[in-house]
Amino acid sequence: MNDNIYQGLNCPLPITDYPRVLLAHGGGGKLMHQLIDKVFTAAFSNPLLEIRHDGAVMETTTGKLAFTTDSYVVHPLFFPGGDIGSLAVNGTVNDLAMCGARPLYLSAGFIIEEGFLIESLWRIVLSMKAAADKAGVAIVTGDTKVVDRGKGHGIFINTAGIGIMEHHMTINPGQVKAGDAIIINGDIGRHGIAIMAQRESLQFETEIESDCAPLADSVQQLINANIEIHCLRDLTRGGLATTLVEIAESSRYQLFLNESAVPVRDDVRGACEILGFEPCYVANEGRFVAFVPEADAATAVSILRVKCGWNQAGIIGRVTEDQSATVIMKSSIGAERIIDMLSGEQLPRIC
Amino acid sequence: MKYIDEYRDPEIARRYLSEISRLTRHSWTIMEVCGGQTHAIVKHGLDRLLPDTITLLHGPGCPVCVTSVELLDQAIEIASRTPVIFCSFGDMLRVPGSRKDLLTVKAEGGDIRTVYSPLDSIKIALENPHKEIVFFGIGFETTAPANAMAVLQASRQGIKNFSILMALVLIPPAMEFVLKSANSQVQAFLAAGHVCTVVGYKEYEKLASTYRVPITVTGFEPIDILQGILMTVTQLEKGTCMVENQYTRAVNTEGNKRAREIMGEVFEVVNRKWRGLGEIHSSGLSLRDKFAAFDAQKRFNLATIRVEENPECISGLVLQGLKKPSDCPAFATQCTPENPLGATMVSSEGACAAYYRYRRQN
Repeated sequence: MNDNIYQGLNCPLPITDYPRVLLAHGGGGKLMHQLIDKVFTAAFSNPLLEIRHDGAVMETTTGKLAFTTDSYVVHPLFFPGGDIGSLAVNGTVNDLAMCGARPLYLSAGFIIEEGFLIESLWRIVLSMKAAADKAGVAIVTGDTKVVDRGKGHGIFINTAGIGIMEHHMTINPGQVKAGDAIIINGDIGRHGIAIMAQRESLQFETEIESDCAPLADSVQQLINANIEIHCLRDLTRGGLATTLVEIAESSRYQLFLNESAVPVRDDVRGACEILGFEPCYVANEGRFVAFVPEADAATAVSILRVKCGWNQAGIIGRVTEDQSATVIMKSSIGAERIIDMLSGEQLPRIC
Repeated sequence: MKYIDEYRDPEIARRYLSEISRLTRHSWTIMEVCGGQTHAIVKHGLDRLLPDTITLLHGPGCPVCVTSVELLDQAIEIASRTPVIFCSFGDMLRVPGSRKDLLTVKAEGGDIRTVYSPLDSIKIALENPHKEIVFFGIGFETTAPANAMAVLQASRQGIKNFSILMALVLIPPAMEFVLKSANSQVQAFLAAGHVCTVVGYKEYEKLASTYRVPITVTGFEPIDILQGILMTVTQLEKGTCMVENQYTRAVNTEGNKRAREIMGEVFEVVNRKWRGLGEIHSSGLSLRDKFAAFDAQKRFNLATIRVEENPECISGLVLQGLKKPSDCPAFATQCTPENPLGATMVSSEGACAAYYRYRRQN
């Protein structure tokens, strides 16, 4: 093979800083964005990828398709409110929904560790089936690999998904406009704390269950009501804060967030206080933000509350005229501060 | 949420702020000792709400920041060996040693585990009898009792594969160090509330009278801090120098008697080097001779590690309150949380990290 064609592509990450991949490179924060920008986007560069959305929307001769993929390596595999199977279906369904697409078909790739219990696999598969039925998608193709004992963490799942665009809106961070209202569909931080509590055997007074849920129907309801949607993004790793910083950086606008308007359950807040986390950086699996014109905001909130059952949906902030690509949060005490991405993972504090 | 919301109430905050403005007639410089207080101040923008005549300086109370590079390099050395399970509080993993940090050791194959208490590592030791379990014992008086308890448990249960890399430090000697510094501008302290929950605040009385500084034991919520500042300013304006307690819901004069007893049983006071400050007399805790078997420095044959700090990092001056993070030319340019030059940029209690996170302008 002639390697000459690759000579122009020198590895752009400063090797001296990170000769090896750290866990933080997958943590959803700055290091992960650096890895994506400087390694993947640099090598694969093309217009669809550079839109930097949850999935790609492409023209075909018969209309527009949305296409996305995601891998699931969550530990523990089963947690209050869900498991790796429901996560693998909902995560990909939600990425398609965030493109404004109606999800139709999923693939499922399983990397299973030798010795994994068939009974656990069956539980996961049944959970995937239930999640797929609920979201109205079919799992139509798949792949199975088994790796040596000790070379996997029980099971890893990759899903890819295809959806169709049944409207003429373009929904991505580039469409965000000054004056847009930022709407959230519910309380934040539950998935991250549920996982953390299981993983670290932390006991809280009440069990905190993941918010894992499909979002495609909610998006469909907004589209059906002719809401002018500028951007959608589900809040996964890195939480609300990271998502808003991503959108601010892509759209170049300053986003203004009102902390006291963001719903957080008391038990989640309590857990965050103990661990030294901020709820707006904690992961979710069934929450999204919608950027819509001010004129549509009240209707959109009412649809989410009444038709979709998101009782705590509400407006949490606005897009300002300022083009500084930053996120400013007004804290409950009244002072304003910058919201930034975390560097890597959230690490529990000492005292 | 109970016990949280009332300490973040904007209306109460406004009342304290107007009372502070009304009382303040002179310019005052107050140091908040604890990094947790620094973060609350910067996060909630409290320093910007205060009258211009009050300057807050950020103190040395961040355990991650002041752990010496030599000890950190020893931790990295131990964590790289097999069969070792190295246990640490999460905060410490990203702090740069002279060559690398603990997260990099983990990526290279080291078995490094984040724990929430030293007692967790006792459990790990019991589950892994053929491995050496080492706990990185960092922190102030706040974490010292749990460290002491871990050693006592290991001793009572005859656990042979557990040891502690001792890096515990004491706050009052560091406050005295700051006051003795020739350039010190500190006129009063907000003392670290959680340290006092353990050891009380009798020890501060000598400091307050010798150096003629008021000291207010203060909590960590915005209203705690504003009330602490009000109490301090009241003393400064009156010219008194007493030790007062704002954090009465957690702290009493004596502290926690049982916790102090087990600390005394297990630890002795030694000199210790602080990152950025140098050696401070009688400022560290080490294991007493009868617990020497649990001392990781003795158990692992560690070569003498000589290190040089990055010359551009001014964290020593920041920790003494002589400079603000934003005074550093490397701040937010060469030095960021992803590529920190010093520990103050890493820790969730570090002053540079607080400025970077909440104050950085693009």
